[in-house]
Amino acid sequence: MPAPVIVARDLVKKYQDFAAVDGISFEVASGESFGLLGPNGAGKSTTMRMVGAVSTRTSGELGILGLDPDVHGPEIRSQLGVVPQSDNLDTELRVRENLLVYGRYFGLPRKLVAQRADELLAFAQLEGKEKARVDALSGGMKRRLTIARALINDPRILLLDEPTTGLDPQARHILWDRLFRLKEQGTTLLLTTHYMDEAEQLCDRLVVVDKGTIMAEGSPAELIRAHSTREVLEVRFGSDHNAEVGARLARAQGADGHRVEVLPDRVLIYSDNGEAELVKITEAGLRPVTSLVRRSSLEDVFLRLTGRSLVE
Amino acid sequence: MTGATEQDFAPSSIRPRPVRSLYAGNARAVMLRGWRATASTNWLVVVSGLFEPIFYLLAMGIGLGTLVGAVTLSNGQEVSYPAYIAPALLAVAAMNGAIYDSTWNVFFKMQFAKLYEGMLSTSLGPLDVALGEILLALLRGALYAVGFQLVMQVLGLNLSWWALLALPAVLLIAFGFASAGMAVTSYMKSFQQMDWINFIMLPMFLFSATFYPLSVYPQWLQYVIQAMPLWHGVELVRGLTTGDVNWGLLWHVLYYAVMIVVGLVVTTKRLRALFLD
Repeated sequence: MPAPVIVARDLVKKYQDFAAVDGISFEVASGESFGLLGPNGAGKSTTMRMVGAVSTRTSGELGILGLDPDVHGPEIRSQLGVVPQSDNLDTELRVRENLLVYGRYFGLPRKLVAQRADELLAFAQLEGKEKARVDALSGGMKRRLTIARALINDPRILLLDEPTTGLDPQARHILWDRLFRLKEQGTTLLLTTHYMDEAEQLCDRLVVVDKGTIMAEGSPAELIRAHSTREVLEVRFGSDHNAEVGARLARAQGADGHRVEVLPDRVLIYSDNGEAELVKITEAGLRPVTSLVRRSSLEDVFLRLTGRSLVE
Repeated sequence: MTGATEQDFAPSSIRPRPVRSLYAGNARAVMLRGWRATASTNWLVVVSGLFEPIFYLLAMGIGLGTLVGAVTLSNGQEVSYPAYIAPALLAVAAMNGAIYDSTWNVFFKMQFAKLYEGMLSTSLGPLDVALGEILLALLRGALYAVGFQLVMQVLGLNLSWWALLALPAVLLIAFGFASAGMAVTSYMKSFQQMDWINFIMLPMFLFSATFYPLSVYPQWLQYVIQAMPLWHGVELVRGLTTGDVNWGLLWHVLYYAVMIVVGLVVTTKRLRALFLD
């Protein structure tokens, strides 16, 4: 395995008494695509800001490309590309100017920046929009321009904070395709998301973060294996009977060693063979209104680890 | 990059360079951004600011001035009323240009456009951003001042060769106001707070010995006005354009030097606290 480009050990960030990040440790290898998954307020963005060398840690160790961000902020930032959670494109400048000016912030020569700007506009599928106003772009285009801008300094690590939040499915898939190409080219990606499909699409490895600490770590497949079953059976009995039947199922299935989750609208039975469980249920004389057998997803892992209650 | 080859986390392996984390020596990139933005959005607004002091000069100096007659300076020299107020308006031109850019424009970029957040996630440091924005504001002040001094020359209101030194003097004044303006703005959170800046600027413009000598005020009020920055600018420029030059003018220079340094230090610290916490 190549030397890690990001090393975090017991990373803590406190705001007054509140610990936004409370002892996180992880390593990201060069060329790896690494995800931070978690609900809102889990500490993902705070972690990203520390890795991006724009926020100082309260305690713990952090090394980015072998350097300490508290001491070598500018050197580290010169090797990073940053896609923040909300676009902060320069609305007083046109599309291509955004790239040119941003490249100059890194002190890069004008000619090099101009050449890269054209390549990146093509990469971001923004040809023909060079002179457009930023405000006139669609959400997906703005996001792609932000990514193009983050690549202007040819960064070794690209930090993406919720890259597709708020985009429609078409725009998300285009964006995923672009990010996948970067990954193929060997760019190290560190991304936060609360979309499970995004994490499964893009991440080689990920950590599930909640309340500032790491709940689990591994590849998407490993996490599903460790924290869920192969399949999930979802059965609905209608709102009136759900709780009552659910309790019965929980007793019966629980005795078989299966995990059963009773939700207000349906009952989930975690099993390696969903069809077999469904047969057992119907044989017991229960008639679900609807039933569905599906593969376990990262979402099941996520909900199991971070809970179903709304964090607000 | 030299840093990329370092594999050791121990801080002792590389010496910390506190200044380098504040300043990448690239304030120019921030200024270039400002020029491009101005060129593509609001250059007409910028140019329109040239005329404000000229209108004051025509209305008060030439119009009202016919009723006033001559004014006697501290050295006993008599000058026409337009020649008396023109240097004050020159200082005001420099101040206004610098203040427009360093207050409202900076406020917008800081609160709404998230411009500095973007800049500070590159290799730029907070001092680059502060210096770049302040120098840009200074240039706007300088543009107004140069334009106004040309008008003064045409109207014969530069009474001495010392007037040539009024140009560096107005640069100093613009630098001081830009620096202090951005420092103050960095603490502002709302439009209501920003309005306080106007509330202070207008009386300062009217009462800083701009249109009549300080001696009309009671002693205590004179002290208050002498503590204000514009009075120092007016006195400095008036001394130069009328030829009433003495060593005392250096006090005014010192006042602005302090204003520039304090403004830069405060702005840099604030940017770091706000965007690199």
